[in-house]
Amino acid sequence: MKNEWPLWEIFIRGQHGMSHRHVGSLHAPDAEMAIKNARDVYTRRNEGVSIWVVEANNISASSPSDKGPLYEPSESKVYRHPTFFDIPDEVGAM
Amino acid sequence: MTQDEAFLQFLLRMGDNTLILGHRVSEWCGHAPVLEEDIALANTALDLIGQTQMWLGLAGEVDGGQSADDLAFLRDAWDFRNVLMVEVPNEDFGRTMMRQFLFDAWHSIMLGRLIKSSDERVAAIAAKASKEVAYHLERSSDTVVGLGDGTAESHDRMQAALDYLWPYVGEMFASDEIDAEMAKAGIAPNPADLRAEFDALVQRVLADATLTIPESEFAHKGGRNGKMHTEHLGHLLTQMQWLQRAYPGASW
Amino acid sequence: MYAQMVKSEATNDDPEKLAEFQAKIDADIKIEPKDWMPQGYRKTLIRQIGQHAHSEIVGQLPEGNWITRAPTLERKAILLAKVQDEAGHGLYLYGAAETLGVSRDELTEMLLDGRMKYSSIFNYPTLNWADIGAVGWLVDGAAIMNQVPLQRTSYGPYSRAMIRICKEESFHQRQGYDAIRKMAEGTPEQKKMAQDALNRFWYPSLMMFGPSDKDSVHSAQSMAWKIKINTNDELRQKFVDQTVPQAEYLGLTVPDPDLKWNEERGHYDFSEPDWSEFFDVIKGNGPCNTDRLTARNKAWDDGQWVRDGLLAHAKKKRARHLAAE
Repeated sequence: MKNEWPLWEIFIRGQHGMSHRHVGSLHAPDAEMAIKNARDVYTRRNEGVSIWVVEANNISASSPSDKGPLYEPSESKVYRHPTFFDIPDEVGAM
Repeated sequence: MTQDEAFLQFLLRMGDNTLILGHRVSEWCGHAPVLEEDIALANTALDLIGQTQMWLGLAGEVDGGQSADDLAFLRDAWDFRNVLMVEVPNEDFGRTMMRQFLFDAWHSIMLGRLIKSSDERVAAIAAKASKEVAYHLERSSDTVVGLGDGTAESHDRMQAALDYLWPYVGEMFASDEIDAEMAKAGIAPNPADLRAEFDALVQRVLADATLTIPESEFAHKGGRNGKMHTEHLGHLLTQMQWLQRAYPGASW
Repeated sequence: MYAQMVKSEATNDDPEKLAEFQAKIDADIKIEPKDWMPQGYRKTLIRQIGQHAHSEIVGQLPEGNWITRAPTLERKAILLAKVQDEAGHGLYLYGAAETLGVSRDELTEMLLDGRMKYSSIFNYPTLNWADIGAVGWLVDGAAIMNQVPLQRTSYGPYSRAMIRICKEESFHQRQGYDAIRKMAEGTPEQKKMAQDALNRFWYPSLMMFGPSDKDSVHSAQSMAWKIKINTNDELRQKFVDQTVPQAEYLGLTVPDPDLKWNEERGHYDFSEPDWSEFFDVIKGNGPCNTDRLTARNKAWDDGQWVRDGLLAHAKKKRARHLAAE
């Protein structure tokens, strides 16, 4: 594909004291924009403490295995969280 | 004009800017040039809507118990106090980002001063908003530089955007008796005093973007005092306020 | 579902490797990008994940249609955050598909020129504000039915994308129900909007699961590979059973005169949607097919100079950096 932005793998340290963790990938023209995009894409519900980006074709892999990440709420966007909406018991799980 | 009246006008100016610009930016949702930009623009719009809730919430309180929604959805064009620049249509992505950059530059400097406001409520809103806006500015200046210094086409489009928007810059720094009243009370700075810092910032970024600042110092005005708006505002309000106007008193 | 009628590809691989592969899947060991996999598995997954990703992207449009008209600042923020999540979900899914050796731009081109499909549901219009509630409640509700089991799918990157998506999706359904509930409990006009939304979205939601596939060979292969976990009929029944009491709570009427609880089966009996309408929509004749693809094509074409410009700048910057060293 002509002129496709490179693919970057994104690693985020969610809390102090934790290691960086692979959260997914995205496209960006360069490393700086990749970091900004990662902030917008992968920390919508929390503030990651630190972000690493690595251009995907610079990664050498054996055989990966990792469970998907879970993430924590952002304080100011409570409506993103299911419990923000009061759902009556009668209607069942949602 | 009493200080309370001036204070209300000041709050409307802050809140209407973020309301109208947030609306404009939200129009991009689902239509941006690339997914990552779509998500980033939505974040900017969300921050602006959140700030609107705070500014207009406070304005409503000062104005005798109206809600932020009452102010956003039930005023007519002449009651709006935003600068004209935020009303103009998005046009292409270049103009949208150039407007964002010019607004962010003013906004970040303004909020930096408001953090030290003598009014605690204003200082608290500014403290929260300034963190968001620092990031908006970082992102919009990178994009302006990237597109200005990109291809010949992107450069030309950014120069055209700058030429179009520049006459709307001056209004952000026009000071009137309301501003004087706010400055006297230590609530907000006099906008004219922010201009030098703004010019330094904008000149640096636009130089990196290889763009030329137009020489004309002409400035459209009227939005901040409601004496003049663009024709675009009415159309924007027609959309934004439609449900509230068509079904008065309903709760959503 | 977001991925409807995905045909599984015939596979023509070394029987020994195939047996080994199937044994891994049977033992619930995830398949990762660098692992050996049958060509058919790879191709089917690209088609399925791609279609799911496209659905998220096109799915931004019917809801985005109301962002500028949301009736309160809070509803506006909620809706914008929700539609933004859809873009995020599309992004995660494209990322998962990219691990299979196809690029996002390639997938995008295939969406834009009609070679790849997206869910039929997004070819229906959102006509009143209650539709935004209905989309969250019914459309996301139906999607969740399928996505929750897919968290256990055999392909690692797909499974991880699903886990992330499911975590966000519950917010979507709840905000939708909350929005439509407010209207169902509101003025007569609002109640009318809510009922109108349910009337229009009920059958298209049932169609999301796709036609019955209990005898389908493709479906059997996909289930053996654990890239499809339940049959379409199972999921549809589950959706109806869950949704009917929710509609009753709202005081809204499901537009199906034959809907009734079957004590013996322990499930609701319900009418099938009009499958000829479904096939029309799939073929491009839904109310909004043309508009949706036009909008996506416009966004892509109008964005070309931006993508090119930012990339050109990145290259110049790197060159300057290297020259300075």
